[in-house]
Amino acid sequence: MNGALEPIVHHINFWVYVILMMIGLYAMIAKRNLMKKLIGMGIFQSAVILFYVSISVKEDADIPIISHDHSHGAEVQHVDTDKIENPLPHVLMLTAIVVGVATLGVGLAIVQKIHRDYGTIEEHELLAKIRAEEDGELKSVTAGGDG
Amino acid sequence: MKFFAFIACALVGGLLLSAVDDFPNWGDAHSPANSSDISEYYIEKTDEKTKVPNLVTAVLADYRGYDTLFETVVIFTAGLAIMAVLGLVPINANPEDVSDDVETDMIIKHTARLLVPVIQLFALYVVAHGHYSPGGGFQGGVIFGASLILLAITNDLPATLKRVSARTAIRLAAFGVLLYGGFGLACLLAGGNFLDYSFLANSWFGWDEVTARYHGMLWVEIGVGFTVSTIMFAIYAYLSSKGRLKGAL
Repeated sequence: MNGALEPIVHHINFWVYVILMMIGLYAMIAKRNLMKKLIGMGIFQSAVILFYVSISVKEDADIPIISHDHSHGAEVQHVDTDKIENPLPHVLMLTAIVVGVATLGVGLAIVQKIHRDYGTIEEHELLAKIRAEEDGELKSVTAGGDG
Repeated sequence: MKFFAFIACALVGGLLLSAVDDFPNWGDAHSPANSSDISEYYIEKTDEKTKVPNLVTAVLADYRGYDTLFETVVIFTAGLAIMAVLGLVPINANPEDVSDDVETDMIIKHTARLLVPVIQLFALYVVAHGHYSPGGGFQGGVIFGASLILLAITNDLPATLKRVSARTAIRLAAFGVLLYGGFGLACLLAGGNFLDYSFLANSWFGWDEVTARYHGMLWVEIGVGFTVSTIMFAIYAYLSSKGRLKGAL
């Protein structure tokens, strides 16, 4: 194996998660469309989930479900911790995925509401409309004061 | 703007990657995360103390019961938030964009009719078999919600809402949270800590401490399944109809 690439190969999961996370972060900052921002948030979330699941991996280990050897009857077997993957990150990400879907739903609902009220989900158009609205309110207030 | 965003992302990414060398290698069984006391305790003791072979289910519903309870509450709250954001318009305020009734193809409709019961049965299996195989309340709940969404896509949404209205959905979701919290409260009444199922052991049901934890987990997972499945369907119903569904809150 090429010596220069070895550090990357051993830490490939960290490289992948950092790159994915930065793609998501870039989308959240730079994209003007609110839907694209939400997609960026999804990519960011996936990166974190990948990171957590990848640190639970042990080489040559089984999934965190203990298989019973029924020939020994009901007695408790000794469990080799090196041969079973770490269940804790799996638990954390299991709930995080479903909660992620639910929060994404809230985000989509808010975007839909914005589209209903302003007719656009482009950030700059939205800002222009909000400013125009505020100016209109100010004018009506000053006009009301004069009259 | 895009240039500055790129600079910021490159800086943060570079900083994170510069620390990567200090992280443990891929698949290292003795990395700090994998060899911590708590992870080893879960792996070694779960089978003995709860008789649940699926460690993920045991940790999810028993050891980290608080976490899961409030994750369920988060999902419930998300459902409420969507209803609050989208649902507060008078129904049929703007009749033009209420719904575009597209006739679905007959083949699609009938294929879905055959598939939906099988999917729902599989969802129940995933919930009930979560102790022994990958599965549990979250996964089974999502599958059940997906079957309802399939029904709403292939037939029309109003027909599905006749069977499971938004009101029923939110009630069932609340029931799921209540079932979960109620089990925690029952442990409290039995003299233990909140969500410490081992105190539910009694001779009435023939539960000793281990089987009490086993059964406690099952009921808690069922509660999670109720909440997740109905909230998933409610999210779809509200988003696809832009909040203008009949029988909304």
